[in-house]
Amino acid sequence: MIEVKNITKCYGDKVAVDNVSFTAPSGEILGFLGPNGAGKSTTMNIITGYLSSSSGTVTIDGCEILEDPKQAKSKIGYLPEIPPLYMDMTVQKYLEFMFDLKKVKMDKEEHIEEVCRLVKISTVTHRLIKNLSKGYKQRVGLAQALLGNPPVLILDEPTVGLDPKQIIEIRNLVKSLGKKHTVILSSHILSEVQAICDRVVIISNGKVVADETTEGLSQKLGKSNRLIVEAEGNKTKIIDTISCIPDVKSVKTEKELGDNVFEFSVDIEEDVDIRRKLFYAMAAEDLPILTMRSDNISLEEAFLRLTNDTQYSNKRRQQ
Amino acid sequence: MGAIIKRELYSYFCSPVAYVVMAIFFFFSGLFFTIICLSNDSSNLTYVFTNMFLVTILLTPILCMKLWSDEKRLKTDQALLTSPVSILGIVLGKLFAACILYLVCMAIYLVFGFVLSFFVTPNWAVILCNFFGLFILGSTMISIDLFLSSLTESQMIAAITGFAVGLSVYLIDNVAKAVPVQIISTALQKISFMTHYQNFTVGLLSFADVVFFLSVITLFVFLTVRVIEKKRWS
Repeated sequence: MIEVKNITKCYGDKVAVDNVSFTAPSGEILGFLGPNGAGKSTTMNIITGYLSSSSGTVTIDGCEILEDPKQAKSKIGYLPEIPPLYMDMTVQKYLEFMFDLKKVKMDKEEHIEEVCRLVKISTVTHRLIKNLSKGYKQRVGLAQALLGNPPVLILDEPTVGLDPKQIIEIRNLVKSLGKKHTVILSSHILSEVQAICDRVVIISNGKVVADETTEGLSQKLGKSNRLIVEAEGNKTKIIDTISCIPDVKSVKTEKELGDNVFEFSVDIEEDVDIRRKLFYAMAAEDLPILTMRSDNISLEEAFLRLTNDTQYSNKRRQQ
Repeated sequence: MGAIIKRELYSYFCSPVAYVVMAIFFFFSGLFFTIICLSNDSSNLTYVFTNMFLVTILLTPILCMKLWSDEKRLKTDQALLTSPVSILGIVLGKLFAACILYLVCMAIYLVFGFVLSFFVTPNWAVILCNFFGLFILGSTMISIDLFLSSLTESQMIAAITGFAVGLSVYLIDNVAKAVPVQIISTALQKISFMTHYQNFTVGLLSFADVVFFLSVITLFVFLTVRVIEKKRWS
């Protein structure tokens, strides 16, 4: 449905998007994730034809965005980062204008009414857009993207600036839209992408650093083979005791927490549980364990590591 | 294109812009008409139209200043440029919207002709020729100001550069006379709007003048399209 192939965008010397490729098949919600300034919006602007890439191609449903822009653009509903709203118009007039602009061939009044109902702005249709709250403006922007039922929806941070209730509503709405449309949704909030999307593309410094299904990503990044143990006693004795347990790869002292109290990180083989063995071994040596937990890196941390790694390696490469 | 024209006219008439421009246009037209025609017992509108040259040059930047600059500043151009409409269609839509408002302003001259008809039989051919001349002059200025507006995000800068260009256009005759080099002087006179416009005011509908103004409009529409397109590539 959407095919992005090797797109690169340079602003002078600065490479904003570097050789990004991914595809989103029909009926999929694709999350586009990255820290601020990673190149998410630039990529989305290229997909929608607002910007042109320095190289590479974008194909929407078989139409190349540069070769056949009218056809390709008519298949896209786009909600940019800042909703493109005319402040001097009422919601109704604005939606009518966008309806005409997109050359939608449906019953105008009926369709606008339906879209308004969908994003719950039916009560504000006769108000001036400039007088609406941020949340409502965002919804009007979303309504504008939905006009004409385009097969592809591109939503750039659709939940920014909304209150928690609205966020949940919009998420549910996007989820339900994903059944009929192909949706690309950008965000810098991982849990949001996790909640809505089927697949995640993580981008950092203009490069794709991960392209996985949501479950795959949680499994891959969320898995831990490290225990954090806080114990009291002689440091070397504790290390020796733990090291003797089978499946332990290494033991490291993290910090001294108090008089004779230390925190250790224990690296173990994958897919084994040594907590019981550890307990009995320590008890036998009369070394009380004060805390023991597995060092579960959260998805947030994993994401940070993933994106920081590329920043680090990029810096190193430049040096 | 139709949607753009509708939306721009809506925006003109929902803000004070249309009314202020119309009021100024009506005021000066009325002033010139009263001084030149009514108080001199003349039915000759030529001088009224000649004087409107300056008013037109100063009013059109106000009409056009926000057409592109505001779109860029408020990022609404994202909606326009990602819609299935060509850039030329968008530019022409904005041009026509401003021209339509300008035409509404000019409707006052039909009233003047009607007023004159109480005293003499007005020479409608000359009045319509004048009317057409002023309209095509205004459209040309609108195309230039539209281009200037596409260069900036600030309405203010668009308007001020519009005034500057307008005044240069107005003064080009005097500059032409002052330039000692014959070739440059002739060249400047050839591109002088006033020279071409004056033929209309005496009731002379010359093909060359019409083509001149239409070429300038085409040139600036083309340049505006290029400016908008350039933004995508930069």
